[in-house]
Formats: sequence, C-alpha cells, structure tokens
Amino acid sequence: MDYEIVIGLEVHCQLKTETKIFCGCSTSFGELPNANTCPVCTGMPGALPVLNRKVVDFAIRAGLATNCRIVPNSVFARKNYFYPDLPKGYQISQFELPICLSGSLEIEVEGESKTIGITRIHMEEDAGKLVHPEDEFGVSYVDYNRACVPLLEIVSEPDMRSAAEAVAYLKALRDVMLYLGITDGNMEEGSFRCDANISLRPFGQKEFGIRAELKNMNSFRNVQRAIDYEVERQAEILDEGGTVVQETRLWDAERGVTRSMRGKEEAHDYRYFPDPDLLPVVIDEEWIEEVRNSLPELPAAKRRRLAADYGIPASDAEMLCADRALADYFEAVVELAGAGQAKSAANWIMVELMKFLNEEKVGIIACPVTPAGLAELLGLIADGTISGKIAKQVFATMYEQGDNAPKKIVEREGLAQMSDAGELAALVDEIITANADKVAQYQAGKTKLFGFFVGQVMKKTGGQANPRLVNELFKERIG
Amino acid sequence: MELFECSLEELAGMLAQKEISSVEVTRSVLGRIAAVEDRIGAYLALDEAGALAQAEEADRRRAGDEGVTPLTGIPIGLKDLLSTRDFKTTCASKMLADYRPEYDATVVTRLKQAGAVLLGKLNMDEFAMGSSTENSALKKTVNPWDFSKVPGGSSGGSAAAVAAAEAIATLGSDTGGSIRQPASFCGVVGLKPSYGRVSRYGLVAFASSLDQIGPVTLTVADAALLLQAIAGVDPRDSTAVATPVPDYCAALKKEIRGLKLGVPREYFAAGLDPEVEAAVRLAITQLEGLGAEIVEISLPHTDYAVATYYLLATAEASSNLARYDGVKYGFRAADCDGLKEMYFRTRAQGFGSEVKRRIMLGTYALSSGYYDAYYRKAQQVRTLIRRDFDAAFDSCDAIVSPVCPTPAFAFGEKIDDPLAMYLSDILTIPVNLAGLPALSLPCGFSGAGLPIGFQVIAAPFAEETLLRVAWHYEQQAGWVGKRPQLTEEEV
Ligand SMILES: [Zn+2]
Repeated sequence: MDYEIVIGLEVHCQLKTETKIFCGCSTSFGELPNANTCPVCTGMPGALPVLNRKVVDFAIRAGLATNCRIVPNSVFARKNYFYPDLPKGYQISQFELPICLSGSLEIEVEGESKTIGITRIHMEEDAGKLVHPEDEFGVSYVDYNRACVPLLEIVSEPDMRSAAEAVAYLKALRDVMLYLGITDGNMEEGSFRCDANISLRPFGQKEFGIRAELKNMNSFRNVQRAIDYEVERQAEILDEGGTVVQETRLWDAERGVTRSMRGKEEAHDYRYFPDPDLLPVVIDEEWIEEVRNSLPELPAAKRRRLAADYGIPASDAEMLCADRALADYFEAVVELAGAGQAKSAANWIMVELMKFLNEEKVGIIACPVTPAGLAELLGLIADGTISGKIAKQVFATMYEQGDNAPKKIVEREGLAQMSDAGELAALVDEIITANADKVAQYQAGKTKLFGFFVGQVMKKTGGQANPRLVNELFKERIG
Repeated sequence: MELFECSLEELAGMLAQKEISSVEVTRSVLGRIAAVEDRIGAYLALDEAGALAQAEEADRRRAGDEGVTPLTGIPIGLKDLLSTRDFKTTCASKMLADYRPEYDATVVTRLKQAGAVLLGKLNMDEFAMGSSTENSALKKTVNPWDFSKVPGGSSGGSAAAVAAAEAIATLGSDTGGSIRQPASFCGVVGLKPSYGRVSRYGLVAFASSLDQIGPVTLTVADAALLLQAIAGVDPRDSTAVATPVPDYCAALKKEIRGLKLGVPREYFAAGLDPEVEAAVRLAITQLEGLGAEIVEISLPHTDYAVATYYLLATAEASSNLARYDGVKYGFRAADCDGLKEMYFRTRAQGFGSEVKRRIMLGTYALSSGYYDAYYRKAQQVRTLIRRDFDAAFDSCDAIVSPVCPTPAFAFGEKIDDPLAMYLSDILTIPVNLAGLPALSLPCGFSGAGLPIGFQVIAAPFAEETLLRVAWHYEQQAGWVGKRPQLTEEEV
C-alpha cells in the first residue's frame, strides 16, 4: 500500500557567539577538557546564570529571517533531568514562551516551491560531553567546555512529505543561518544537528499516524538515507497490520538501519518550570527593527536577484548563492569587469575557481585570486589579448603565486595572442603551400580538414594565434 | 564592658577615633568564642589565625587611611551557605561536608572590600530547610537564652552567635523567615531585605525566587550599616536590581510622627501565644506614643501563604538541589555499580530527611499532570498575596506584627511534626512571597525569660522606612544590650 509520508524536523543550531549563553567563558572549539569553564557553566553551588544579549540578538535574526513572530516577553524554563554531562541537573531552555513563534521557510524541490511552517524557535544551553577512555581503569570523565554554549532549537511543522523535502528544508534552513552569520553550520561536528519525526498515513486520512523520532543523522545524505529507511520500515509494519511504536530511534549510518533507543532513554517527565534565576527576555519594537535593518539579503532573494539582474541561468544563481561569500565574490567581479561579463564571470567562478578551491578544500574566503584579478583576466579574454585556453594557464599562475596582475603575467610570459593579420596571413599561406594535397581533398568536400589547417597554425604559434583570425584567413583563401 | 559586647556602631566609632584596634576587637571576640562556643555550637568553621591576620590588615588600612569603611576591622560571621574561598561551604549537609568553593559570593567579596574580619562559618538547617537548626547534619546549636530551646532557623548559628557575642554581626539568609525567626528567638535584630536588594551570587540556593541574604545584628543601626555594605546591583545576578542604594544610616533618625503603621488583623489570629501578643501590642502602643498613627489592615490571603510557600519553595528546591549528584563535587556514595546506583545512593545518603522530604514534595508539585493544580495555582495565589500587600501599603507606610506565634520552642518539640514546624513560619512567609523587606527586633521577654520578636514590614525597597520605625522603637523600648548570661563573671 502507498502511504503519505509526514515529516517534521527539530534542528539544533549552535550559535557562534564569542562567549557562552550564561557566563563569560569562551565558546572556542578544541581546547583542553574543562579549560573553558567557570562556576556558572559547571553548576557550582550558588553560581547564577546571566543572559548573553548577543544570543537574543541572534535568535531575533533567525526568527525574522524565517518570518516568525518575535515574542516580546519570552521566558527561560528549566528542563529537569539527571545526566553527568548536565552540570546543574537541569538544562536552561525555553518552554511555554519561546522567543520566536509561527514562521515559515520556502523550499524548492524539482522546480516546485513549497512553504514549510516553523512552529517555534527557542534559545537554550548545550550540555557537556562524556569521555570514556579505553583504558584499564574503566572510569568516565566529563568535559564541560561545551556546557552552556548557546543553541537555537528550530522546530518545524509536520509539513514535509518526502525525504527530499526534508533535505531541501534542512539545506534551506542551514543556508539562511549561514547567511545570517550566526552559526558555522557544521553538521559533522554537530553544530547543526537535526532530529526527524516521521509517520505514515493512508492518503486522504486526516489524522497523523504514530511517529518515530530519528536521531544521530550527521549529514544531509544520512538524513535522506535514514528517512528512506524509516519510511520503508514503518510501511512494512503497517502493511502487515501492525502498529508503529512511538519511540526514539537512532540512525546507524554504518549498517544503514534505525534502531530503537528504548531502555536507554525511558519516558521523561522534564518538570519544566520558569527559571527563577533569569528575568523574562523583554524585546521591544526598537530592538526588533534594529535587527531587521541589519539583516543581510537572504539566499532565496539573492538567487532571484542574481538571475534577474545579471541574466545568468537559475542553476548558476543557485550554485553561486550556496555560499554568501561566493555570491559576494561574483558580484564584485562583475562590478569591476562590467555587466557584459556576468555570464563569463559565473562560468569562471563555478568551473575554474571552484576546481582550485575544491582541490585545496578551502572556501572562497581563502581564495588567493581577488575579484579585481579575475575581472582583469576576463577583460583580457574579451578584448582578444589572450584566448580562453591561455587564460586558464594565466589563472593557474595567478592562483598558485597569488599574483593578481594577469596583464603583467601575459606580458612577462609572452602569452598575448598573435592578432597581426599580416603575420598570420604569411603563416596561413605557408601551411596551404606545404599541404597542397590536403587542400585539394578539402576543396573536394572533405570539410573536416579545416580543423587540421587551423591546428597547424596554432601549433606553429604555440597556441597564441588568434583562432578567429586564423579561421577567417583560411576561409578567404580556400573557401 | 568588654569589646565583644559592643555593637558594631560603637566599635566603628571607637575604631574611627583610634581608641581601639581591630586586633584588640578580634582578640576579644575570639576570647569570647573560646569561652562559650563549646556550649552554644554556633560555628561550623572558625579561623582564628586568619581572623587576626585580617584584623592586622584592617589596622594597616586604617593607619594608611585606605578605603576605610564602618566595617573595617569588624569581626563578622557568615552563614555556611555563603560561598567562601577561605572556608568550606557545607550548608550543614553531609553532601557538601568537604566542599570548598573556588569563588567568593558577591556579599563576601563586598565584606572583604569593606575591610571586615571574616571569623568563620555558622551553623544552619541543612540547605536552609528548617526553623530550628535541628536539621543541621553537622552540629547542634542551642539558644543562648535557654540551652534546652532551639535558636530558631534556618540561620540559627547566625542569630545565636550574635546573641552570645561570638560575633559583632553576622549574615544569614531568609527564604521564609530564616533570618527573622531565629533573630526573634535569640533576641537580636534580623533584617530580610527586599528581593533583589542584595546579590544572591554565591548564596547556595534553596528557593531562588524567595532567598535573600541579610544582616543579623545587635541593634537596628548595626543592621543598617551591614546592609549598606552588601546591598546593590551585581552583574552576576540578573535578579539583583539597579534601584540606587540609599544612605540607610541617615534614614534612621528621621522622625516617625505621622507615619501610618498597619496592624494586620490576620496576624493576630488563633494560635498566637498570649505573651507574644501582649508584648507586640505593647510595642505598637509605644510606637503610637512616638507619634505614629496605627491603622488596622487586612491581608486576606494570609491563610494560603504557608501552602503556597511549601509548593513554590519545594518546587524550586527540587531543581536547585539536582546538581548534588556525586559527579562533580561533594559527597559520592562509595562502591556504586553504575551511574543510576551512584545517583540513588549518593542522594539517599548525602541528604538529610527534611531535605529529601522537600525534594520529593517539589518534584511532585512540578510533575506533569500536577503542575497546573499545584505549581501554577501556587504562583497565582502568590500574586494574590502580593496584591494584598500592595493594597495594604495604599493605607499605611509600614506593617507591624509578631515574627513568630511563640517564643523559642524546645529541642525535639516539633522536629517529628513537619506541619507544626511549617506553621510556625506563618507570619514570616508572606513577606518572602511578596518580595518585601522586613525586620525582626526584640520587644520583650516571656515569663520563662525567652526573647519575643517584633516584625516591621515595608513596601519593596523601602528599607529606610523599616529601619526608621525599628530604630525609634528600639531607642524608646530599651531592650538593646540585653544579653543572656553565659559565664560566671556575667552573674
Ligand atoms: Zn563558564
């Protein structure tokens, strides 16, 4: 039987503030265990949390960028449970009154766009990390460096109907958060993690089916695979007349299956209540407007604008906008090279530039070729100084040596195209004379030989002859 | 008169005149402690050498005129739930019996900056839960006026130490009466400031929305001096408010003629000991004689205060005390098989029975399915109680009442009857629920020679009014300086 798939996602997004949400400790990654701790984030008796205003700022940004309503008086609540990585025995989170409510995000799947509802966004603190060394002592340790690092939890409505939609939503959400500059969005390192609620129902049925919650999917691909697996698993149960158990299941990427977490995590009563150590978060219109005015152009708007303003294909615009810095780079190049070079700039960035960046696994930020350098190079191609092929060679020099003066490189290395008609005509004549038999064959109809003649000239000039001129000269002489 | 018998104000005057040194005062107090402490049992930790070193430093400061305050060189004791780098901070619990904080509470930092001499740490009910100090897991503290009677609680050590002249002043904490009730039982002055007046940073939390640190002293002026040093906004405590701190000492002597004092009818209900009622009524009459206008008021939701308090305070406590899990610091049960067993046994063995009772009550009140009926309802009633006071302060400037329905009771009298113990806080609890400042000061003695306390309550952040009323009464009534007889020479 065919079922309708219903998916809702809960995303935890680690915020890249300099200090933690409730104390002054650094959030930097990779320090020695417990180096970034203080009485507050280790839950010492008597220590009190003080809210980092930057976290609120970031949460408002996330809310506005996802069309949420910003709650003027949101409240921090304690989520009570015991675990050694949780220093206070409760996590400070938000429950009844989160900072953002009822937003939405546009996604696009196979050319169709769709709006996914966002139920809420709330602020909370992360927990520490257990360390189990594999030694003979059998002792576990706790590292509280991550404890109290700020997180946003972004909860979607159960609006997604396929794994592809879920992945598209996740990508779109991550793009937005990256554009806002509030997270590094690293899924492998867990700074952007997602849990998925999945249920099936017969098409046409109004009520949702019983859902399972999937955890531990640390890449887009794993989200896709885990959901596909889970859909199949639930469909089999339903086909056999069984009932899906409402539970949390862990995705095992190695085996490609989801596994029940029952027994490990019993049903919790978190006993949420407002945290008496923190005041309600009061946000006035002025603050919201201030944040709104500082919002960058978001990915969807940028894609539309790039395609419209520069006349580049939607697919190019999408590729360039995958990274805000890449899109900015593109615009900087076009600004310098002129609007006529937009298409060519897009091609060069997506093909040649990306090839080098991907080889070194670095982002556009680390690119040694500046927008001005690339713009100058595009100019040299446009005015016929060099051919596209030579340009690639020049580009390689620019990238490898961090030399952003392509004109000088061309001069220094004598790479300028031969565009002197007289000089080229002599060469063309020479080739015609030397290959009289082939000229005859060509004129008898073997037109493919034209390429051979041009190739001979290019060979003689070390590739520097202007191919357009050479073509013209042959056409004039041998028809 | 010995130096240890003097008030903070007197000593500050003599120190300022350089008639005496801090080392002399500190030696005098340490001598007194040596003489009486084995019978009183107020201190959980005492550092004589450290105290003398601080006294010497205070004298140097004074000689060099560097940042001298009225507290410079004054020996002070701290309730053992105020975090101190220099002393263990046990909360009188087995759970923290060996815990030494890595930081000082904000009030401790302020006292150090003011140049006070920190003597040591004082006994209390475990985690401030109790009204008799009988819940201390570490020590028994007696009432200096009658060793068969409790000193009150939870700041029993803080009150007994001042009464027995084992400290010139002390700090306590008050969640439902824990400063005022022991002050009343021990015949000293206890001030619970408005919620938010004093930073709670470093105060080991019992119930965060109710806890407040305050002074226990011999006189009202002493309370003003000590409050002056500890009050004020703190970037480490979001609930400490930025309202400017006035000059409390300057406020004391403003006359009280024309001030309206409200007498809440519900606070003189059945169960009030006749001797207590008589002493308090007499005090009210004396205030009227000083020109105050006495008006009867009503606080209609008083009856619900104890129930409300025991839902909210225990709910917060159940969460605040979750951190004592054997993982990071403090007690951990030995030889546990696995995490769960470590949790269960650590908490079963580390906490005393009253603490466990309150954790269970609070956990229940917050549980899903009960939250609305208990916790949320209690919050709503709390609002009603606060409104009672708001309305009352429309018709009066301060409220006067008894502190506790009875004088100090005997050891063992209520310890097996938690409800009777809880009800003894009925006249102090509403103040905490409403976040108000209130002060307890002596207003006489029972036939059996036990002190009786008188409570003055003011509107939020109106500590000046409170201190002013109390000071004028104190000057008039002449109870100041009445000390229990503890040594042969004092006969
Ligand atoms: Zn910290």
